[in-house]
Amino acid sequence: MVKKIAEKGYIFLMLGLLYAPILMIIIYSFSNTNNFTFPEGFTFEAYVSLFTNAPKKLWDSLYNTIIIAVISSVLAALIGSISAVGIFYLKPRTRRLVENVNQLPIINSEIVMAVSFMLFFATLGFPQDRIWGFVRLILGHVTFCTPYVILSVMPRLMQMDPNIYEAALDLGCNPTKALFKVIIPYILPGVISGFAMAFTISLDDFIITQLTKGASTGIDTLSTYLYSSLRNASGLKPFWMPVFTIIILVVVTVVMFMNFRKAGKVHMKKGGK
Amino acid sequence: MKIKELPKTIYGKIKGFRLTRKVFSYPYILFLMFFVITPLVIVLVNAFLSDGQFTLNNFKDLATDGSSLKVLGTSIMVGIVTTLICLLLGYPVAYILSKWSSGSIIVILFILPMWVNFLIRTYALQTIFENVGITLGMGTVIFGMVYNFIPFMIMPLHTTISSIDKCYAEAAQDLGASPVTTFIKTTLPLSLPGIISGVTMVFIPTISAFAISQLLSNNSIILFGDSINLKFENKLYGVGSVMSLIMLALVLISNLFMNKINKGEAAKNLW
Repeated sequence: MVKKIAEKGYIFLMLGLLYAPILMIIIYSFSNTNNFTFPEGFTFEAYVSLFTNAPKKLWDSLYNTIIIAVISSVLAALIGSISAVGIFYLKPRTRRLVENVNQLPIINSEIVMAVSFMLFFATLGFPQDRIWGFVRLILGHVTFCTPYVILSVMPRLMQMDPNIYEAALDLGCNPTKALFKVIIPYILPGVISGFAMAFTISLDDFIITQLTKGASTGIDTLSTYLYSSLRNASGLKPFWMPVFTIIILVVVTVVMFMNFRKAGKVHMKKGGK
Repeated sequence: MKIKELPKTIYGKIKGFRLTRKVFSYPYILFLMFFVITPLVIVLVNAFLSDGQFTLNNFKDLATDGSSLKVLGTSIMVGIVTTLICLLLGYPVAYILSKWSSGSIIVILFILPMWVNFLIRTYALQTIFENVGITLGMGTVIFGMVYNFIPFMIMPLHTTISSIDKCYAEAAQDLGASPVTTFIKTTLPLSLPGIISGVTMVFIPTISAFAISQLLSNNSIILFGDSINLKFENKLYGVGSVMSLIMLALVLISNLFMNKINKGEAAKNLW
């Protein structure tokens, strides 16, 4: 009995430690400061200033973050799903080789990936302007997002009955048509969860974006703008606290939804048996 | 006659290229070679280049540069301490959750904070330390690392421990082993693959972490990841590339080791 209470206490203590800093941000976003004090008492001032006189740079960086995440995750989902099918049907040895290279962006340290992209774009002489800045970032993000799509599509392919594809061919489909009519619909759940993962990872990325964006392209995403504000000696402006709060709430809702939907499905499957 | 047959043979040749399913992987293989392999090769080449000449000077520079070696030493020390604390704090969490029926849902709660951008979480920690009056330094850096990376320890441990067959522990107890002996002789050895994945998944990100140690030590402690970035900021491409290669080698060695032990399960567990 005592042991059970101790165990519960330990889990709650650890969860408490893990969530305390995040909760502090949410609570003190109503204090109109950049730290954890309430000099003016409870106030919505910071939220008001976020929507009335936050710098244009904040909205620009939010816009860039979303544009880059949408384009890269859509590209990653398209490239990833078609390539996963191809990789699945390679000869075993080639397949293992390609899968290992595909793992590289996932296992590699972000800083090494970032540095390698930076040198790559510098060597190729990518121009330092806005448009090419976007191209760099999207290429970089597609490179580290696509492997996740492939990893989430592969299990679906392994579950698929190979006879369905053969049946489509026997009934007169050419391979391309069979791919789009049979295989793609079957792997769609894997593609969607891969897309969601790619989108979240791209939104969240800081290190690769920071080093790949190019020194003078003038592009900032939310995370790189936050980093340069953090390094600024004057400290963060109070409007950042509501920004953090909104990000935290959005992320938590989306991830909870994705995870519990998955957990619910597994549960239903078990119940069905 | 011959001229008439010519189009046919060309057509035959094109037809010989069959659009099988594996062909769909060819564009991506090119993509990987161009955007994953080539950048790493450029890093490799840069490690051997100095003033446009092929030399080993960059390696020599790094090996004789006291401050870089100190950074490497500090990083390994911080990495080891962080990993040990994560293991000591994370193992009980994974062990307790594996006994609960709701464990697999609660483990999601432990992973959830990871999705909040690490800059935000690090800023929150920094502010708490400042409010409480703790001076930023080695202690706060290690706290921040543990805070950031402990989910990477709990995840693989939870997966491994909850897949251990309960019969082993029961058998040990039936044969008269005390709870402690049972744990040491059955659960602990059987969870070794999880421990190894967890240790790798905490140690590598810790030493290559970027910005965390800067923010939590007022720029007084620089770790390997930050140091690579600084080298490139100061245009020391050669030495920076050598350091990146060292990091890459560490990643590859630890992954090879991890794959040998649990046959690629760890990467899947991540998601």
